[in-house]
Amino acid sequence: MSRPERLERRAVISGIGQSQVGRRIGRGELDLTLEACLAAVADAGLTRDDIDGLSTYPGAGFGPGGFAGPPSPEVQDALRLRLNWHDGGIEGPGQLRAIFSACLAVAAGLARHVLVYRTVTEATAQGSGGRQGIGGGGGGSRGVPRFSGFMQWTLPFGAVSAANWIAQIAQLRVHRFGLTREQLAQIALNGRRNAALNERAIYREPLTLEDYLGARMVSTPLCLYDCDAPCDGSTAVVVSHADYAKDAPRPACHVNAIGTALRGRPSWDQFDDMTTFSARDAAASMWERTEFRPQDVDVAELYDGFSILTMVWLEELGFCAKGESGKFVEGGKRIALDGELPLNTGGGQLSAGRLHGFGLLHEACLQLRGEGEARQVPGAPQVAAVAAGGGPIAGCMLLTRGPGS
Amino acid sequence: MTASGPPIRLLPRLDETNSFFWTAGEEGELKFLRCGECGKLFHPPAPLCAYCLSRSVAPSTVSGRARIHSFTVNHQQWVPGSDPYVIALVTIAEQEDIRLTTNLVGCDASDVHIGMEVEVTFEAHDDVWLPLFRPSATSL
Repeated sequence: MSRPERLERRAVISGIGQSQVGRRIGRGELDLTLEACLAAVADAGLTRDDIDGLSTYPGAGFGPGGFAGPPSPEVQDALRLRLNWHDGGIEGPGQLRAIFSACLAVAAGLARHVLVYRTVTEATAQGSGGRQGIGGGGGGSRGVPRFSGFMQWTLPFGAVSAANWIAQIAQLRVHRFGLTREQLAQIALNGRRNAALNERAIYREPLTLEDYLGARMVSTPLCLYDCDAPCDGSTAVVVSHADYAKDAPRPACHVNAIGTALRGRPSWDQFDDMTTFSARDAAASMWERTEFRPQDVDVAELYDGFSILTMVWLEELGFCAKGESGKFVEGGKRIALDGELPLNTGGGQLSAGRLHGFGLLHEACLQLRGEGEARQVPGAPQVAAVAAGGGPIAGCMLLTRGPGS
Repeated sequence: MTASGPPIRLLPRLDETNSFFWTAGEEGELKFLRCGECGKLFHPPAPLCAYCLSRSVAPSTVSGRARIHSFTVNHQQWVPGSDPYVIALVTIAEQEDIRLTTNLVGCDASDVHIGMEVEVTFEAHDDVWLPLFRPSATSL
């Protein structure tokens, strides 16, 4: 049987855009979204009349305040888009699922230019009260709603946040692989070094190992600097059919492979291998769809909603052996801008803000286009890996400058 | 400091599928669905056996012994002024692919370790008996 065509290769990212990004900037989610969307459309050399597809993650009303962003019908209507294909939702291979769907839509001929966005206003929504847990942060008494589905198995025990669930990944890695806090710190320190060179980043002042080790614990072994920074902001990209690449004003970023698998149980506490979760499956399925190998990757934008998730992606994407990510990042040189695997070059979510996967995608495109300014990876990177998600929610992709192999 | 649970308990909504699990503690028992065909336990509760797809499934009492697979000490003040508490993921003695998220209670948080043997204890809230775990008497 012949190998099925990898249809995602018919897609490119022809334009990128980002709104103002910051802490509690107090602008509405639709306002930020339209700013990002119009920037992406213009960047692609298009007008709104050219946009015939729309997709978002996670879509209407999911999660605590400021998490979801505006539903796609609001964006469609605000821009009076006339769509041939539209999509939005949270179920799928992580935040990038909206991108993957758009790639398949253009490959299938359902649309030619799909606008894809992700918006958060979590900083404003949380106000001065700090980060909330799911279910109102554990607050409750008589009259408080009860919980069904997955939440019933975690919320009664005060496991009210992804921080609690993901901390147990880190703890298991401390036990199995001898991971140290000094090693884990390198993800945060690397992000902060890169953020200092990124004018759009949220936290840019120097961060030292001493600062990291002295920070308050959130959920052991994760401290404050292991958790990303809630922010307000919107990121948008235009996913176009690859035959538009030659007409796009900016270098198109070609989609080479997407990783979408979830072969273990879709559960935060029943997944077979809790040191990896489904990053293992997403990464494996991506490499099954490409001739590129990990050593071909010039820049890596790997999800750092929590620092430990970046460590998991480093291993599962094959940049180092299983259990070796601690040693791989030790000292920080390997993952620096001039290292063998420049990582989270814009500062990642830890320092540039929790744009929920899409900030990393945006940064990967900037790097492939050579628009990284002070933080541009030297040597004109040709292949970028982007990964988003953690636990049983994971997706990843390879992007290339030019059509690739 | 001896660990207890979180300051406030959010509770499950009982339904026809899960109520046996959340109420078994009234009799001091921990129960999971067991398949009458293949004998395997599975969790969370579902209408059929995840292993052999048989519909012949019924609640079955287990020993209540378990082992800590991973854990975390929560310090974040989700509720202002609250003390740290231990969230643990335990694997039950009878079948190692069945895990529960729970709280470890009755020992010092600094003594908790992966691999620790623990046993179930229940905490009642309204019509729900939450299965918590404490260090196993035989392992002390």
